[in-house]
Amino acid sequence: MNKALPTHNLSIYVANRPGALVRIAQAFSRRGFNIESLVVSPGATGDFSRMTITAKGDEAGLEQIIMQCSKLVDVLACREHSDEEVVARELGLVKVAVDAAQRGEVLQIADHFRAKTVDLTETSIVLEVTGGSEKLDAMVELLRKFKIVELVRTGKVIMARGEGET
Amino acid sequence: MSEHQMNGAEALILSLEKIGIEVAFGIPGGSAIPLYDAMYKVRKKMKFVLVRHEQGAAHMADGYARATGKPAAVLVTSGPGAANTVTGIMTAYMDSIPMIVVTGQSVRGMLGKDAFQEADIFNLTLPIVKHSYLLKNANDIPRVLKEAYHIATTGRPGPVLIDVPKDVGTDLCTAGLDAEMNLPGYHPEPKGYTPETLQAIADALAKSRRPVIVAGHGAVLSHAEDELRTLAETMQIPVTSTLLGKGVFPDSHALSLEGLGMHGTAYANRALVECDLMISVGARLDDRILGVPAMFCRDAVKIHIDIDAAEFGKLVKPDIRCRGDAKTVLQDLLPLLEPGDTAEWRKALAGYKKKWPLGYAKKGGLHPPQIIDALNKLTGGKAVMTTDVGQHQMWAWQFYKCDKPWQFISSGGAGTMGFGLPSAIGAQFGRPDETVVAIVGDGGFQMTMSELATAAIHKLPVKVFLMNNHYLGMVRQWQDMFYDERYSGVDLEGNPDFVQLAKAYGILGLNLKRAADIPKVLKKALEHRGPVLVNVEVVKHEEVYPMVPPGKPLEDTVMEHPKKKKGRPAGRRATTAATKANRE
Ligand SMILES: Cc1ncc(C[n+]2csc(CCOP(=O)(O)OP(=O)(O)O)c2C)c(N)n1
Ligand SMILES: [Mg+2]
Repeated sequence: MNKALPTHNLSIYVANRPGALVRIAQAFSRRGFNIESLVVSPGATGDFSRMTITAKGDEAGLEQIIMQCSKLVDVLACREHSDEEVVARELGLVKVAVDAAQRGEVLQIADHFRAKTVDLTETSIVLEVTGGSEKLDAMVELLRKFKIVELVRTGKVIMARGEGET
Repeated sequence: MSEHQMNGAEALILSLEKIGIEVAFGIPGGSAIPLYDAMYKVRKKMKFVLVRHEQGAAHMADGYARATGKPAAVLVTSGPGAANTVTGIMTAYMDSIPMIVVTGQSVRGMLGKDAFQEADIFNLTLPIVKHSYLLKNANDIPRVLKEAYHIATTGRPGPVLIDVPKDVGTDLCTAGLDAEMNLPGYHPEPKGYTPETLQAIADALAKSRRPVIVAGHGAVLSHAEDELRTLAETMQIPVTSTLLGKGVFPDSHALSLEGLGMHGTAYANRALVECDLMISVGARLDDRILGVPAMFCRDAVKIHIDIDAAEFGKLVKPDIRCRGDAKTVLQDLLPLLEPGDTAEWRKALAGYKKKWPLGYAKKGGLHPPQIIDALNKLTGGKAVMTTDVGQHQMWAWQFYKCDKPWQFISSGGAGTMGFGLPSAIGAQFGRPDETVVAIVGDGGFQMTMSELATAAIHKLPVKVFLMNNHYLGMVRQWQDMFYDERYSGVDLEGNPDFVQLAKAYGILGLNLKRAADIPKVLKKALEHRGPVLVNVEVVKHEEVYPMVPPGKPLEDTVMEHPKKKKGRPAGRRATTAATKANRE
């Protein structure tokens, strides 16, 4: 039972209509799938939205969910993508409590991850970092040595490489 | 509409008529008054039927669709009116029944403010509709109605709900009734198969020596009965039908094994245990027919034809999946067929039919199967039959023999008690010249019996046969078989005098208490020109067999009480037997 369940990347292209998000969320929740992150944004044309969902669960359950989502009237496409097929990015904002003495080391870590300082006070610093989710994880891990006051991550967005369709 | 501009409600009623809705069932209320006012003013062809409970309205629309293939509308008010339709919508959704449900709603400015009779019916029903709309703009109405009809009736059919805020109904609608649909994500009938898929199916069929066809509701909905029959006859393949597939292959056909699953025939279940190939035509292979899903047709090649890809692998992993409309798939498949050799297999199955025929007790009081059997003979299996849910439903399925689809109407996926009478009313509206018989239990009938008024007012000659065992019989059967006869909450003491009840509604009520009266009473009921309620006092303790006990595979189909002792009078306490059964 304790086997770690795989994480899946799903991209859903959906007509921008009321209820579409709830219908999709219900397809997951009804089958016991936990959504780890969900990003909804306008598609290339105004009437459509792009949803990127990462969720944990077994393969059979995932196949069911993809088919259940695909048949929703508002959904144009629902696809799973392996990590290799896509470029994946996430943006994170981390607020760390730091005094002048600690600032140097925090900035060093930030520099290593190419994070930007977007806010700075006597007692805190806010870093903005972009990249793969693992990169964000790694940076956050290193910053834990200080006091992380707040952490906000957008969740992963993905796009198929080359000729592939997201 | 020349001197008068139409408002949203009028556009909605006119759109319902334009898309071809012939009948609407419902009850008005505050938020629905504009809709009802519009009906008063602009309705021309569409019939309106005032019901007594909104659940009844939904089941009537459902019964109408199951009898005609055409959707009907349900027209109710907000809040409680809309909420009362939920059971009916769920019932239709589970069985893929097209339906247009229009609910009144509070005015737009009040949405989300807990206004009087505001219920978020859009969100309440999301998991039980094929699609739904909350209207925000009166000009959307013609398009939404057109889309709703298209969505409800194409692909895998289902109910569509349209929530109409009261002030959308009173706003001007300047859009023409000829609207364009805008459904970029909806592709209902993609042919999800290739010539290779069909060839693979044909090859598997040609190789098989012990094939079985499972015919389901999808075969009915796509009108595939002729193709199905050709498939079975060309290849000499026995056919078993699901509850909702009843009649799509003639029950009387030599190749018919009749029903399968929990209360299917022992020979159909045995065929599925022994087959080397199972081809499902429009059946979704749900848990009620599989026994233990992982053990279903374990060693057989499994072919699944369904219009809905989401059905593949839900419980049974098919070896060949073929997504498409059953009729089209079979039409494409038939030319590829090369008859195999099933003679030995058919001989074996004929043996099982002899060994385990469907049967019932004839002595010691009236038995529901006996009544169904008599009805079957009297009507020649030509009447439209609806059922409620429970033991009587299973007996109706077993003993009423249909040679045509669209004739046996029963709540399968949802198993909704209270379905029998209103669905019969809906069916009778759809097929006014045919005999419509409802087989109901004393439990379920009392959930929607207020619709006797609807039948009476419209002089609908529905024949209701109430199998009165004074019990929630099906639950009692489970408690008898698997819970050591601990009868809990199943005694329907306090049943009314149903004949008096019928009379109170001004319809004919008859009692049937003795076997000798069966022919006389049934004839009288069938020949009566108005609605009839026949109270049949059946034996209180009787169980439906064959049965696949819950959690058991089809191999374990039982023909009698698991530990029945010879001579044990039906329903007498048999502690040892029951205790043993419980321990297993
Ligand atoms: C609305 C609803 N409530 C409860 C049930 C559970 N249930 C299934 S069969 C049954 C008993 C039905 O009794 P009755 O209508 O008298 O029919 P019988 O089994 O006695 O023929 C019950 C309570 C149900 N299917 N539907
Ligand atoms: Mg009963």
